[in-house]
Amino acid sequence: MPVIEAMTDGPKTIFMEKVMRFLIPGIIWACLMSTAPPLLAQQQTEIDILRSELAEMRADYEARIALLEQRLDEAEKKAGEQTASSDEQTVQTVAQSTPWQPEPSTSQVRGDGNSAFNPAIGVIFQGQAWAYENDPEDYQIPGFPLGGHVHRPEEGFSLGEIEINISANVDDKFTAWLTAPIVIEEGETGIEVEEAWVETMTLPAGLSLRMGRFYSSIGYLNDKHQHAWDFADNPLVYQAFLGNHYNDDGLQARWLAPTDFYLELGAEITRGDQYPAGGAGNSGFGSYTLHALTGGDVGTSHSWQAGLSYLQAEVEDRESGGGHDHDHDHEEEHDNGPVVFSGDTDLLIAEFVWKWSPNGNWRQRNFVIQAEYMWRNEDGSYTLPESGSLPYDTDQQGWYLQAVYQPFPRWRFGARYDRLSSDYPGDAFIDTPLMPAQNNPRRYSIMADWSNSEFSRLRLQYMLDKAGIEDDNQVGLQYIFSIGAHGAHSF
Amino acid sequence: MKNIIFAITLLLVAPLLNADMNIFACEPEWAAVADEIGGDHVKTSSATNALQDPHYIQARPSLISKLRRADLLVCSGAQLEIGWLPMLLRKGNNPAIKPGSTGYLEASQYVKRLDVALSSDRSQGDVHPQGNPHIQTNPHNILLVAQAMAERMAQLDADNAESYRQGLESFRQRWTTAIQGWENRAAGLKGKRVIAHHRSWVYLEAWLGLEEVATLEPVPGIPPTAGHLGDLLDRFGDSGAADFIIRAPFQSEKASLWLAERTGIPAVMLPLTVGGTEQATDLFKFFDDIIHRLLSPEGHSKN
Repeated sequence: MPVIEAMTDGPKTIFMEKVMRFLIPGIIWACLMSTAPPLLAQQQTEIDILRSELAEMRADYEARIALLEQRLDEAEKKAGEQTASSDEQTVQTVAQSTPWQPEPSTSQVRGDGNSAFNPAIGVIFQGQAWAYENDPEDYQIPGFPLGGHVHRPEEGFSLGEIEINISANVDDKFTAWLTAPIVIEEGETGIEVEEAWVETMTLPAGLSLRMGRFYSSIGYLNDKHQHAWDFADNPLVYQAFLGNHYNDDGLQARWLAPTDFYLELGAEITRGDQYPAGGAGNSGFGSYTLHALTGGDVGTSHSWQAGLSYLQAEVEDRESGGGHDHDHDHEEEHDNGPVVFSGDTDLLIAEFVWKWSPNGNWRQRNFVIQAEYMWRNEDGSYTLPESGSLPYDTDQQGWYLQAVYQPFPRWRFGARYDRLSSDYPGDAFIDTPLMPAQNNPRRYSIMADWSNSEFSRLRLQYMLDKAGIEDDNQVGLQYIFSIGAHGAHSF
Repeated sequence: MKNIIFAITLLLVAPLLNADMNIFACEPEWAAVADEIGGDHVKTSSATNALQDPHYIQARPSLISKLRRADLLVCSGAQLEIGWLPMLLRKGNNPAIKPGSTGYLEASQYVKRLDVALSSDRSQGDVHPQGNPHIQTNPHNILLVAQAMAERMAQLDADNAESYRQGLESFRQRWTTAIQGWENRAAGLKGKRVIAHHRSWVYLEAWLGLEEVATLEPVPGIPPTAGHLGDLLDRFGDSGAADFIIRAPFQSEKASLWLAERTGIPAVMLPLTVGGTEQATDLFKFFDDIIHRLLSPEGHSKN
């Protein structure tokens, strides 16, 4: 039997075709044979009945086909008259062509009207496997009790946040965004609201207003979702000073200057309930932020952004530190439970990022270097599990420097250095989590990631962590996959 | 002190005193069309240049500030810019160019789109459900978009409406003459078979009657893989099975050159938009250069 080889078919398809040619007649033959013997007697009259039915069907279908062919002819004639450029705009002289009738853009035509306004929905799957030298549950940075959203992935395999993003325009003036991750922490599964905001689209004079819960726009990394990070975790300054990222409920205003150079000024007033704020001080208007951003291009291959931001909060009973293990029995030796701060917190952040890509052809090759410096003063009192309330007024600082290089599509390599330092908080805090170590906490991280497309990523990361009580070697493997609508990333 | 305040105010207000219409184009071809129609009355800028893959650029500060002051935004659309334009729009705080308003023009809406996907499934690669967005490689499309652009410009800037209509007319006459020239010169290209790096050339192929027989990418958006290139070598190893291997300036030359070397099929780099090659300095020379390179492919494999 000749094998018809199509130019576009690979060997697999040809083989399948061969198989089908033998298999299908074979199956049919087998079915017929299996039903043949018992029916021989009745077949004669039944065959006649079937024959006449078949003849009827055939006549019916032939009539229908003739009708369809006629309609097709008419439709083709009509199409030929309407569009002179016919199908696929073939070569033609100018005298003969008439311009295309513009066609409206084919928006996603959905079944019934109710689904037509469905929002854009995307889900991001994350998971990881980590190996630590020391138990990650015991991790703490002396002098910097960790709070907010900071928690290290468990040892071994674990599921990360499943991030659900839903967004759409509300009407002609407002647009809305929801990020609601499904989070599994200490065996408990819950759905959190990371961002749920509505933003204006049509305010004049370069203004915009955002209300609801949002990531604060201080710092460079604060408003970047976890799946967009260049490393599996955030720098130490973010963990120590912002609880990984500061998001709170309130109002944000941004103004974009009408200048050639980029200048954005913004301010936020928020409830002040999330780390590093806490307790919704000042009757629920507990914290405010200010930020200024500028940036530009240098030629076609370089672009940069720099910013300054400031956060101030009135804190009431903010819990941090203490680890996550409940049956930790070192509490007799140190004040190792959670510590509670009340007072004022001031945070200043300077950020800088420089991106290079030959001719700006980002996907092919690029290099990013960024650094942020943070300075914090906390002025109030810490209540410790055993020592009670102690006055605390201390300056702390920290910074990180990070570089990521993509030498060819899909592969990226990164290195990062973290450092923290703290002023001496006072003798009262000796042997407490507020007492910094002799050596400044620091950490070295390197990573390599592979992205098959912009929707999938696998990452290998190694960290030498000298910020905890003991040095720690940490190795992790991480995956990030996204389906559905995927929002555009910021600079 | 007073002088400083005055100077700062002047600095901030100066851009507002400019009476030209600001046109922000996502791609250089639309900026070029806007220049043809608007002449001295418009100030155009392009978010991307011809040496960048317009799917993937950074939504960087310089673009945000340009977009902030735009009166008209012209982009190819069909989700070509979906990776960065929404972020620019969100940060740009410019109600005049909100999608759906007069100041927002999606060029691909005005032409017949090819490759409209029946299903949007990413296992098929980076498919554009609304059709192939690289509409600028067919000069008839450019004229259709120019017409739409001139109408919008007249609507937004009524004072100069007459000048825009004249600009469009002058462009239309020169353009249709040029198209006739190109079609005559390219008559011999009809039926030639093309291997393209990515499906960036479907409108060019439809216009000139070229047949795209394969792409170097296994599926759209995934860089050429060794396995897929091996398959192509098997299929096109016999000389004469294809006539060109074409790619845009921002697409890596490695795969094209590898296949060209082993099959004898000439690799040609074609500009995908104005500025893509040294010769393609404006809209007219852009198509001149494409046809010249297809007619004499030798010497244009690398630049």
